Amino acid sequence: MNRIDQKFQELRRRKEPAFIPFITAGDPDLETTRGLVLELERRGADIIELGIPFSDPIADGPIIQASYYRALSKGLKVSQVFECVKGLRKETDIPIVAMVSYSLVFKGTPENFVARAKEAGLDGATIPDLPIEESDAVHLAAKEKDFKIVCFVAPTTTPERMSRIAKGTQGFLYYIAVVGITGVRDALPPDMRENIQKLKGMTDKPIALGFGVSTPEQARVVGQVADGVIVGSAIVKELERYVDRPATERIKAVGEFTSRLVAGAKGRL
Amino acid sequence: MKVTAKPSTRQILPDERGRFGKFGGRYVPETLMPALDQLEHEYLKAKEDKDFKKELNYYLREYVGRPSPLYFAERLTRELGGAKIYLKREDLNHTGAHKINNTMGQVLLARRMGKKRIIAETGAGQHGVATATAAAMFGLECEVYMGEEDMHRQSLNVFRMKLLGTKVIPVKTGSRTLKDATNEALRDWMASVKYTHYIIGSVVGPHPYPMMVRDFQCIIGEETREQILEKEGRLPDYLLACVGGGSNSIGLFHPFLGDTTVKMIGVEAGGIGLGVGEHAATLSYGKVGILHGSLSYVLQDEDGQTSPVHSMSAGLDYPGVGPEHSYLKETGRAQYVSVTDQEALEAFQRCARSEGIIPALEAAHALYYTTKFAPTLGKEKLVVVCLSGTGDKDAFQVADKLGVKI
Repeated sequence: MNRIDQKFQELRRRKEPAFIPFITAGDPDLETTRGLVLELERRGADIIELGIPFSDPIADGPIIQASYYRALSKGLKVSQVFECVKGLRKETDIPIVAMVSYSLVFKGTPENFVARAKEAGLDGATIPDLPIEESDAVHLAAKEKDFKIVCFVAPTTTPERMSRIAKGTQGFLYYIAVVGITGVRDALPPDMRENIQKLKGMTDKPIALGFGVSTPEQARVVGQVADGVIVGSAIVKELERYVDRPATERIKAVGEFTSRLVAGAKGRL
Repeated sequence: MKVTAKPSTRQILPDERGRFGKFGGRYVPETLMPALDQLEHEYLKAKEDKDFKKELNYYLREYVGRPSPLYFAERLTRELGGAKIYLKREDLNHTGAHKINNTMGQVLLARRMGKKRIIAETGAGQHGVATATAAAMFGLECEVYMGEEDMHRQSLNVFRMKLLGTKVIPVKTGSRTLKDATNEALRDWMASVKYTHYIIGSVVGPHPYPMMVRDFQCIIGEETREQILEKEGRLPDYLLACVGGGSNSIGLFHPFLGDTTVKMIGVEAGGIGLGVGEHAATLSYGKVGILHGSLSYVLQDEDGQTSPVHSMSAGLDYPGVGPEHSYLKETGRAQYVSVTDQEALEAFQRCARSEGIIPALEAAHALYYTTKFAPTLGKEKLVVVCLSGTGDKDAFQVADKLGVKI
């Protein structure tokens, strides 16, 4: 069974939401990425969302874009990200989902990308710039390899599209909490609860919520309504604060920050 | 077959999924999909609406100053000693370029959709100025994203936009040029889509933009058709235009696509060389990929990361190109060549001296290729070049290149 499905089954039994931190591969180097994945797992993360840097991200806000830039400015290649995951697989079985632009997936053909990702030990991918209408090729390739393509629903998504996306998604469904790009925000939107309930009526697949979740308190609120809590920009921002410090210090700081978010998400504040 | 002023066969592309062959489509975040559906729906409705057409034509005539002349460049023709050269004078439009054909159409559309705020990206600033102008005339709030690097190159246009009441937002990410301004505008739109209309300035981006911008720019080719038939009694042999994103060229080419005797040449920015980061000739040297929401030719590395590009001309300094051009290249219907910075600079000066017209640096690329190409043709051949904009905006930059202090 795919590691993502296995994890959600386990969490369902424990009646716990998943905590899913996002980090950018190669920010500021792959050694940090390797250390961070292990540290985040130790701190209670259930699934890792690993961003593969892209030169022109449109769904991402300034914090994640800056992290992509840090990684790419050192000449990071997609093949090195795959190598890093391959190395990690000797040490951990935590599910890892790539976040990757379709520009990169398309370049070497979707079939090829999925095969390489799966072989490296990735369990799935979210492709934020690939709407359901254009996703047949990658879904087909992914199904063959039991590789999960996680689809997005936004607050602007019409009910008709919602049900189509809920059907198409694999592993879990990614609910984008806010209209806009990734980033740190003060308040969670009021239509979040309602939309998640609507989606739960359409699918049995777990629903994880991301975009705009940045504090333990917000993680707690989201953890009560969704099956998964995704935190990206806040974690990347924490890393950014320590970007000029030694890797061990950096990893420790992000780990401690994540501990508090995990406690929030799991209702142990 | 009798040639008529009305285009004989209208291409039915793109298909309902926004595809020109395999090119085009929609590769954008889910958040934007409903807005694109709405835009497509409203646009198709407006297109069939006689009142919308009437209103647009009214403003194009009374405000923009259309039709623009198709001018016989007699001295240039004589000097070159080959084909007869006509210039389609888009530089004579209000705001000095073809860009306003599109922004007038899209601002009218935004009003129909009840959107109160307009955003745009701009490279050379011509699209920014044209957007700011249309927004000012209709009293809409307007913000334009522009790369910091381009703001330096085109400070005059930055000032013009400010005069028109538009807020110019400097983009400091990536290469600080058109591609990065496009990223930022898309991000803004992601968050503001409920009350904002995004006016893309070229035939790029997700469906329906490549189709809609083309339709608004087709006025160039439609007028050219009528004008050349009136002057020469027949269709031209060649159409030439510069290609950055490709809006003035597709506007000129498209109404002639059904006329097999009319050949089309798109001229890209060859910059300073053939190396990565030295040019912006996407169709000449790029590969099929995805950028800014559509599948088309792109300048990118083996991973799919966008390559740096260069052109002296800010309006051509873009690593992508409209999907319909990719389709025309793939089917062989149009041919694409490139011209360097230096060559464009030469044509810029030549056009000024021979014809008393200072062309935009963008258009100077097409003009340079014409100066090489026209002499290889017989005197009976007819060539139409799209003079997409005026070079007034480029005066400072060209003076600097020529070592003149002004």
